[in-house]
Amino acid sequence: MNIIVLIKQVPDLVEELEIDSSGKDLDREWLKYKVNEFDDHALEEALLLKEDQGGSVIAMALDGQDVDKALYAAAAKGADRVVKVTGVGENPSNHQAAKAFANAISGMDYDLIFTGVQSVEDRDGQLPVLVAHYLGLPHVSVVSGVQVEGGKAVVHKEYGGGMMAELEVDLPAVLGIQAARETPRYVPVARVRRAMRGTELEEVSAGDVDASAGSEVARMFKPETGAGAEMLEGSAEEVADKIVGILKEKGIV
Amino acid sequence: MKVLIVAEHLNGKLEDITFEMLGKAKELGTAEVALLGHNAKDMAAQLGKADTVIYMDSPELAQFNPDTYGKALKAIVEARQPDIVLIGNTSMGMDLAAALSVDMNMPLVAYAVDVAPDKVVSSLYGGKMNVESAVSTPFIASVLAGAFPADAGRGEGSPAIEEMAAPDLGGAKVRFKQLIEPEGGDVDITQQPILVSVGRGIQNEDNLPMAEELAGKLGGAVSASRPIIDNKWLPKTRQVGKSGLKVKPKLYLALGISGAPEHIEGMKDADLIIAVNTDPKAPIFDYAHYGTTVDLFDLVPALTSKL
Ligand SMILES: Cc1cc2nc3c(=O)[nH]c(=O)nc-3n(C[C@H](O)[C@H](O)[C@H](O)COP(=O)(O)OP(=O)(O)OC[C@H]3O[C@@H](n4cnc5c(N)ncnc54)[C@H](O)[C@@H]3O)c2cc1C
Ligand SMILES: Nc1ncnc2c1ncn2[C@@H]1O[C@H](COP(=O)(O)O)[C@@H](O)[C@H]1O
Repeated sequence: MNIIVLIKQVPDLVEELEIDSSGKDLDREWLKYKVNEFDDHALEEALLLKEDQGGSVIAMALDGQDVDKALYAAAAKGADRVVKVTGVGENPSNHQAAKAFANAISGMDYDLIFTGVQSVEDRDGQLPVLVAHYLGLPHVSVVSGVQVEGGKAVVHKEYGGGMMAELEVDLPAVLGIQAARETPRYVPVARVRRAMRGTELEEVSAGDVDASAGSEVARMFKPETGAGAEMLEGSAEEVADKIVGILKEKGIV
Repeated sequence: MKVLIVAEHLNGKLEDITFEMLGKAKELGTAEVALLGHNAKDMAAQLGKADTVIYMDSPELAQFNPDTYGKALKAIVEARQPDIVLIGNTSMGMDLAAALSVDMNMPLVAYAVDVAPDKVVSSLYGGKMNVESAVSTPFIASVLAGAFPADAGRGEGSPAIEEMAAPDLGGAKVRFKQLIEPEGGDVDITQQPILVSVGRGIQNEDNLPMAEELAGKLGGAVSASRPIIDNKWLPKTRQVGKSGLKVKPKLYLALGISGAPEHIEGMKDADLIIAVNTDPKAPIFDYAHYGTTVDLFDLVPALTSKL
């Protein structure tokens, strides 16, 4: 069984986010990037399936911020091939990104395409469903738990309140992965370095990307925070005293 | 302005997001609700605020299915030609909105927290930034849960119900098998008056007893954000948020939780929210009544010893 896993570098939200001079995008100059956490889950689920049933895992990303590093990390974790899709330009819309992936994937031999369920900057919609539609494949998103048997996948799609639907999907299919059945594995930097020397990073052209988000960003702004929290200042002891005071006043303790 | 909203229901019950979108649709113009299901026509009676309910019945629509629901919705949009389509940015909606966007070649703006005929505001970057998109009709917006008040979409009324025949839904590549109910847990967090809720800021499993001790002193229980559950440090029944439980305790003490929209959805209605987070820009502070940037590892022992 061959599984293609799409990987995206996203801004690390722990960092302070600033708006650039255009007023329409993040100031990306000092931004720190990391692999989308749901992609770690997607890769983990793919590697677990490969370990169970054989086959291969191909990690794929669009050219951009630090993707080589992310792809080598995927190789170090066990991906058999790593592929970079080139020629899309910076910060494509998700419709464009999906078209680029669909072009790159269409001639390949695969049973499943995994993506993360969502990322923090998918303004024009989640990529798994877009890719599926461009390739004419069935899709299920918000998936945790995948089993494959006899040309079909049985997946769990999460709803609210801990409720899940079990769905059966014909292969090939695209799945937006929310959570792998195991905590995603970790690889030490030394192993990533080794993978960097021992892995060929393949490049594929995105081809003709005739897709558009269909809308333009007019402006980016920090959300007006409404009333917001009253901030309690001071040392841990002082803040603890203030909290106890509030709880007493409200009759909670 | 003709607005079509896609009703969302599970287990025979319309979800809040349906009413949230319906309220907004009424503000924008006439509201048509697409109700897809099987023997589900009765639900239309709850959609009093709608101008029209377009009801499509088929055994293939008895339960949500990305394949059959996608085809059915496409047929409805083709027939009704709405200016704006509102779909929940929910588990079901995520499988519908992008598909419809490609099928109908219509722009889609996701994570919408505000919708007007010429612009949509999205909440992105874990709630840290808003992005306004310039759009022109027709377009699709997928709406974040909790963005609009559900009450505005509830009310008496008798909308016209138009039945529309389902298109051919045979040969679906996705098939519904069963609904899996959550397992009962040791503690029902929806019934607890006080929740000490831990997020990724707690760093590792060994630090959980610290939160348990505080919860014990306060007479409540420990709940958590999703990463804690995905790491298997606590059972799924302790998860607060979009795919977890909605809670409304007297006190919600959030320790090391950033306040992503998917978490906020589950706890924003708590009576008193106190957030502890070292990042002064953490979105949780937008929803908390009180906040502090003191390190949780300093604050929790101090607070516990004072109770
Ligand atoms: C479809 C879908 C459904 C989801 N459902 C849910 C859901 O039901 N519930 C849910 O919670 N999430 C859900 N999520 C995930 C959600 O998007 C976020 O990833 C998650 O809520 C983040 O959890 P967190 O705040 O604990 O972690 P982070 O976002 O990593 O935040 C950790 C915070 O801890 C702070 N911190 C670190 N160290 C300290 C310290 N020493 N003292 C104080 N503060 C500290 C940091 O400043 C940071 O703000 C869902 C996502 C998707 C896509
Ligand atoms: N450049 C890209 N743009 C968008 N999505 C991508 C990209 N590369 C990979 N993806 C995959 O699509 C998933 C969902 O992202 P998104 O649609 O942006 O929410 C990500 O988690 C990745 O698995």
